[in-house]
Parts: sequence; structure tokens; C-alpha cells
Amino acid sequence: MKTAVIVFPGANCDQDMYYAIKDGLGEDVEYVWHAETSLDGFDAVMIPGGFSYGDYLRSGAIARFAGIMPAVIKAAQEGKPVLGVCNGFQILLEAGLLPGAMLKNSHLKFICETVRLKVENNETLFTSLYKKDEIIRIPIAHGEGNYYCDDATLKTLKDNHRIVFTYHGENPNGSREAIAGIMNRAGNVLGMMPHPERAADALLGSDDGLRLFQSILNHWRESAHAAYTS
Amino acid sequence: MKKVKVFITLKESVLDPQGQAVMQSLHNMDYPNVKDVRIGKYIELELEDTADVAAEVDEICDKLLANTVIENYRYEIEEEVHS
Repeated sequence: MKTAVIVFPGANCDQDMYYAIKDGLGEDVEYVWHAETSLDGFDAVMIPGGFSYGDYLRSGAIARFAGIMPAVIKAAQEGKPVLGVCNGFQILLEAGLLPGAMLKNSHLKFICETVRLKVENNETLFTSLYKKDEIIRIPIAHGEGNYYCDDATLKTLKDNHRIVFTYHGENPNGSREAIAGIMNRAGNVLGMMPHPERAADALLGSDDGLRLFQSILNHWRESAHAAYTS
Repeated sequence: MKKVKVFITLKESVLDPQGQAVMQSLHNMDYPNVKDVRIGKYIELELEDTADVAAEVDEICDKLLANTVIENYRYEIEEEVHS
């Protein structure tokens, strides 16, 4: 599996993502600069965290119009796994690949700590190696992770099991229904505020994030096999 | 040239934690009359005159300046900017 890690000016989790895939998962990975226009040849796309374009205007608002974004949207439409973490989640929201928007944390503080997440849906290509309702430990680091959507959108998310992760215990940012991660209707685009790439090695305090990348790899192997035999 | 003043505000249904913090501060400063504070953005644009500046500004606001999931916008177009 060959994975692209998109690099925006101001990204600061791109290297963590790269090493989680290269060393944690042991798979091919390449950085792709935001001004590139193609993701041909990649099997999965990661949009890492950071402060793309200094969070000017709104988090993710300017990155959404970067040269690489039409290729990201194309990859999403082709059904390739697309994962946006933290600022990457904000970019996916701004791009309209996921519904809703981010507000400033309800207490206005930037929070950087390891939190407990509940796996609400383990029947996704991102979470198949977790147990349903499993509690995992993944770090968060954000000032605008207060997920907002209107009632109709929330109902759609719930009815279609598109809420993948919620915060367990205290809601750290005021996010609606304690939402920490959601996916698109097709199930191949996941946005999450917590950083699985920072929890991909026990040395980092938790390796609970590694199974997310392993789940993606399993999905890729199964679909590659299915394509080969069909 | 036209000068356009764009005002972006959070929708009424959206809580504004910044506004709440400022209101709390104003109450602490003994301004109990303040009943609500909402924080928004103000953006100035200068545009070449075209047939339909308003349509272009609408498009710019919808695509980039405002996130219409959480924000509303309005704008004022002012006549000639002398440069």
C-alpha cells in the first residue's frame, strides 16, 4: 500500500504521520507538497494536523483551495481511504467532504493531552481492528475542535452510524454529542480531531492509534485481493 | 474600483464562546447592562468595476470568506475608490 501524506505550509504533524506509516505500519509512504496536482498511484491519502496557512480566516479555509485539493476530492470519490487528522479534519470539513464545521473550544483553551475515545463504529475500513465500544487512549492537541452541525445533519450522522469516535468521560472541547471523529456516507473519508499517529508506538505512551492504520492496510489488502480474483 | 465592506457573523443558533468570555469580562468590569456579545469578522475588499460586483462578492463570500454552516455574511458596496 502506497500512502500520500499531504504537506501544507504550517503543517506540523506530517512527519509523525509519515513515521507512523513507514515504521509503525511498515508500508510505503511519500510526502506530497500542497502545490502538486495529482495523487495518481497512491492507495490512501493522509491529511495531517498543524496550522495550515497559519489558520488564517478559519482553520482549513485556505488549505481547502490548495492545488492538491481537487486530487484529494477525486481520491475520495474513487473510494480511496482519506484520513484527515486535527487540522486535516478541519480541511475536510471546509472542503465539504464531511458535513459540519469547527468552533473554538468551548472553554477557549488550547488543549494538549491524552484523552479516552470510545469506538462507536468498528465496522469501517478505519476501525475494523477495534472492538465496538472499546475505549482507547489517543492524544488531542487543538484550539478549535468543538464540532458543530445542525440537528438534521446530526440525525443523518447518527442514523447512518457515521459517528466513528466520541470522547469518553469528559467532553474536552464542547463538541456536539462529544463527537471526536466522523466519516462520509460512503465510509472511505474519516475526519478526527485526536491524533492516532501520535499513539502508534508504545514508547509514545500509547499504541492504540496503530490499529487504525493497520485497519486501513487490511482493507487495502482485501480489496486488492478481491480485484485480483474478480 | 469599488470598495466592499464584508461583515461576517456567527449564526444565531451557534454558541459564541469568545463572545461569552468577553461578556463575562464586561460583567466583571461592572457593565451589567450588557446582555449579549457576539464576535464576528470585518473584511475590506477592493474590486475592479465589473457588470455585477455583487454577484462576484456573493460567490467570494460563499466559497471562502464565510463558512455558511456556522456564519452569515452581509456587505456594503461603496462607490469609486480613488487610488
